[in-house]
Amino acid sequence: MIEYRIPNNEYRISNIELFPLFDVLYSSFNFKGQLALETVYSSIPFFVIFVPLCAVALILIFSNRPNLRESWTILASLTKFGLIVSMLPTILDGKVIECAIVTVLPGLDIKFKIDALGIFFALTASFLWILTSFYSIGYVRTLNEHAQTRYFICFAVAISATMGVAFSANMFTTYLFYEMITFSTYALVAHKETPEARSGAKVYFVFLFGTSVAFLLSAIFLTYYATGTLDFSNQGIFNDARGKGLSDIFLIVVFGLFIAGTSKAAMMPFHAWLPRAMVAPTPVSAFLHAVAVVKSGIFVVVKIVLHLFGINLLNELRLGIVLAYCASFTMIVSSLIALRQDNLKARLAYSTVAQLSYVIFGVALLTPSGITGSIMHIVIHAFGKITLFFCAGAIYAVTHKTKISELDGIGRKMPFTMIAFSLASLSIIGIPPLGGFISKWYLAMGVIEAGEIPIIAVLIISSILNACYFIPIVYKAFFKELPPGETAERNEAPAIMVVPLALTATGTLLLFFVPSLFLDLAKMVVANLN
Amino acid sequence: MIDVIHFIQTKFYYLVVIFLMMIGLYTTIASRNLIKKVIGINIFQISVFLFYIAMAKVKHGTAPILWDKAVIYDNPLPHVLILTAIVVSVSTTAVALALIINIYKEYETIEEDSILAKQELDEEESILAKQKLDIDRSNMA
Amino acid sequence: MKFIQELPVLIIVIPLIFAVIIPLVGRLNRLLPWIIASTITFFCFLISISLLITVLDTGRISYWLGGWEPPWGIEYAIDYLNAFVLVVVSFIAFIVSLYSRRSVELEINKNKISAFYCIYMLFITGLMGIVITGDIFNIYVFLEISSLAGYGLIAIGRKREALVASYNYLILGTIAATFILIGIGYIYMATGTLNIADLQERLPALFHSKMVLVALAFFTVGLSLKLALFPLHAWLPGAYTHAPSVVSCIMAATATKVGVYAMLRIIFGVFRIEFDIHFIPIANILIVVSSMAIIAGSALAIAQTNLKRMLAYSSIGQIGYIVLGAVLANQIAMTGSIIHILNHALMKGALFMVVGCIIYKTGIEDISGLRGMGKKMPFTMAVFTVAGLSMMGVPLTVGFVSKWYIAIGALNAGMGYLIPVIITGSLLAAVYVWRIIVNIYFPEELPKHELQYTDGGAEITDHKSQYSEAPWSMLGPTIALAVLCIYFGISATAPLYIAEKAAVMLLQ
Repeated sequence: MIEYRIPNNEYRISNIELFPLFDVLYSSFNFKGQLALETVYSSIPFFVIFVPLCAVALILIFSNRPNLRESWTILASLTKFGLIVSMLPTILDGKVIECAIVTVLPGLDIKFKIDALGIFFALTASFLWILTSFYSIGYVRTLNEHAQTRYFICFAVAISATMGVAFSANMFTTYLFYEMITFSTYALVAHKETPEARSGAKVYFVFLFGTSVAFLLSAIFLTYYATGTLDFSNQGIFNDARGKGLSDIFLIVVFGLFIAGTSKAAMMPFHAWLPRAMVAPTPVSAFLHAVAVVKSGIFVVVKIVLHLFGINLLNELRLGIVLAYCASFTMIVSSLIALRQDNLKARLAYSTVAQLSYVIFGVALLTPSGITGSIMHIVIHAFGKITLFFCAGAIYAVTHKTKISELDGIGRKMPFTMIAFSLASLSIIGIPPLGGFISKWYLAMGVIEAGEIPIIAVLIISSILNACYFIPIVYKAFFKELPPGETAERNEAPAIMVVPLALTATGTLLLFFVPSLFLDLAKMVVANLN
Repeated sequence: MIDVIHFIQTKFYYLVVIFLMMIGLYTTIASRNLIKKVIGINIFQISVFLFYIAMAKVKHGTAPILWDKAVIYDNPLPHVLILTAIVVSVSTTAVALALIINIYKEYETIEEDSILAKQELDEEESILAKQKLDIDRSNMA
Repeated sequence: MKFIQELPVLIIVIPLIFAVIIPLVGRLNRLLPWIIASTITFFCFLISISLLITVLDTGRISYWLGGWEPPWGIEYAIDYLNAFVLVVVSFIAFIVSLYSRRSVELEINKNKISAFYCIYMLFITGLMGIVITGDIFNIYVFLEISSLAGYGLIAIGRKREALVASYNYLILGTIAATFILIGIGYIYMATGTLNIADLQERLPALFHSKMVLVALAFFTVGLSLKLALFPLHAWLPGAYTHAPSVVSCIMAATATKVGVYAMLRIIFGVFRIEFDIHFIPIANILIVVSSMAIIAGSALAIAQTNLKRMLAYSSIGQIGYIVLGAVLANQIAMTGSIIHILNHALMKGALFMVVGCIIYKTGIEDISGLRGMGKKMPFTMAVFTVAGLSMMGVPLTVGFVSKWYIAIGALNAGMGYLIPVIITGSLLAAVYVWRIIVNIYFPEELPKHELQYTDGGAEITDHKSQYSEAPWSMLGPTIALAVLCIYFGISATAPLYIAEKAAVMLLQ
């Protein structure tokens, strides 16, 4: 079906297609495996970025009228999703959408190029933004948060910047929006303005801005100097520029700088900011620190691996496997740390650190299935983790409980929330019939393809650890007695919060049964690498 | 030895220039009195003027005034430049002295050390005043 | 047509004449000096723009003062580099004089206001003179005009510390000027000419001469003192801190930039880069020194508690960037250095204007006093944020453009080890800027009866302060600079075009 070549071996995705049963369902979009040769010029990408920024202005103007103000957020999220969906058919046709905004200086353009990978991420993020917007409104109103205008503004800027990262056509645009995410989410992390929030935000800023300037920017300087371009290419910029006689040491250093610079991906040892960022309001943790921010970091890593260095080059330098081992280390260690957390959000945060490394792990395998699996994991983990955070937020909003040890019997009080929680955690553990199984399956196939059988053990251990830190929560919630003094009275969060989390939980189920759209896009990414 | 004597004989005006220059610069740096510093600066500048005058001299040349018997004239351009530089120097001195007068009015001294001491005192006072005010206010509250 | 040809001299003569007229008419009307100063600087800006356009159209302009042909007469030579710097200087001078009215009324005694504008015009004249002239001795004369005016400007405020700061600047400035004078003497002894274009032709033949070497040494030290390159920066923090805000603003935005221009002109325009390669590694020395300036200036800025002093130290770091870009001596880095003259003028000008606004409204100069100011003065603080981000070198602001060029230039020069220096400078800037931005928008919770003191007597201000913005006459120019910070950060092609031509010209 799709031919994919790397130097020594030949793989066919069709050979490892282990879901013949669902193949019928998968082929609803009927992807033919074309290469993205044709380029369409369109200004839609610009509007995708621009719509949330318009919403910022409108939110500011109507800051005194909460209902009207929130309606702008909702409207912007819907418009944005609509715009992204409108680009989908073109992409599925095997075309690429381009949109040049401005030339900052010769060689540095702000330019958007939407390919399968970009729209994959944008689709996930913008869909979840709609749900998060509703949830946010419920959350901030239930808890009567202060500075709501600032909250919604920063949220809109952050999502706009996330789209920018997803759509960027070159490393400069990526870097620009990457920094924009840092600045806009800083305000959200520091939202509570308590000493704790301030110190958390400080760590957040030091890690994210510090590493991106110190390493990512240096790496970009070196890239531009060595290759004379920053535009992503299908084979990888450095792969294209191999004729220029770049030394291996130089390439390894630059690769190291890039990976160290994308600390949003929360690879150890640059993960410390993520648990500290949990001081933010829960919708922020849910959407930004499980989806938008961390996934944009991951997305940048994927771009670096696929489009900056290229699979062939990394294979040659044996850097992929090094990265895979780093990711494995993060997976295991952060899962172990997660086990010891009593604070629910902290446990989720360490779980996120571990799950993000799955994505890096898959890409680092440099095999078709590995890449497919890791890209699928972006959306699957997003749905799962956002559900978990939504649940944590709902629990906090209703009962003000933050610790796992306090959750005994909560399933009786908040059945919907906890059922959603269970589904999402099972998905993240990777139990069928939930989305998590698909990505883990592909990742395992990727390991086999790469011929690095030993590290399949990592996947197994990590999954067991996942189960170890999620199952007890579910068990406590449903099978333990409520603490004395509390009645088993039904006490759910408001519908505006419960409905989004129910929807995302359903999403984890649907991703198993009908992953065709996302899977097709993921396969297109792989196909386009040739 | 003869070389040295010859050198001194032929280049003695440059030696004078360097001598004056060092005196001037040293006075400026080492003196703690504001006016003495200005004097040092003046000596320093004058040494440079002499340097210009010296280099304008041409062997056997006469003053650069049209004259029947003259064969070679000295170079008049450095003289002109130095006229400008002298003007600059005078105005610098004037500004410096004006500043010193004002400093004296404010600090009642022209010794750098005591000015610095007074500045430190000022800072301490302002901090103390703030603290005192702080205590007053909190008592009030 | 005749008038157009006389523009190069008019840009000097007009402000010079009006500098004398201002104190005369200042008695008639309180506002007149400000109106004249603004109008004249605006005219200078227009003239410099028209000169820039002419240079872009026809190449180098050579104006013979009094009709005397160079190298005998004084020549005003305008090429890409000085047309560019001239536009920057005159634009900043115009914006600052627009801004100055209210701030000057507050910070300078009433009877000194017309004197202030008189000295201000002289200062501008001196700066533009340095830039426009093609005669090396003329550079010295204009340098002294601007410096003398500068001493006056610093001392004109109400603070008594300003007098001492001004005096220190005067001593160091005079030593620097005299060093430059000695350098000129040596170079004249060697070549017998003072015209820069002429010198450039004659010097290569004399490169082996010790006199030329000595001249370069004196020039380097003298100019480094004037532009406050790191170990010779002692005069700058005091002068910027205690001067009236308008003066700090104009000096930070233009005076040091013109110093850098003079250095570029003399090291590259007069001596050329071959001299460095074959005779003395002046560039390598300056690379080390300016790297130290970047790190030390930014690091010292972090330690400051006074806002103006912090900005002054940050200026020292930024000057390091400009010099570093220049002495790397390749086209890209030089472009970055020249564009940073504009960029730093914009951002530091905006920052000092913000400080002026804060002082006007509250009298606060301490960094800690900015607590929660985001609610009180939202526009001013927005400008501070934009200019601050620019100092950090965030993309889409001007700071990024220059850092990009200097970094790529360093790589092209084969000096990749300078990248950490440039990056560290950015990170240190992030420390001192971000600390303040956080304090502005996310103030720490303080006890309810929290007090804030102002110089004009302590008053109790609530944590959630009332909206109380600076007047629009001050806010307008401040915002204009911030907008330009972003505009030239998003679309830097126009200034880059000129800067690139200037760089090519200097390195040919």
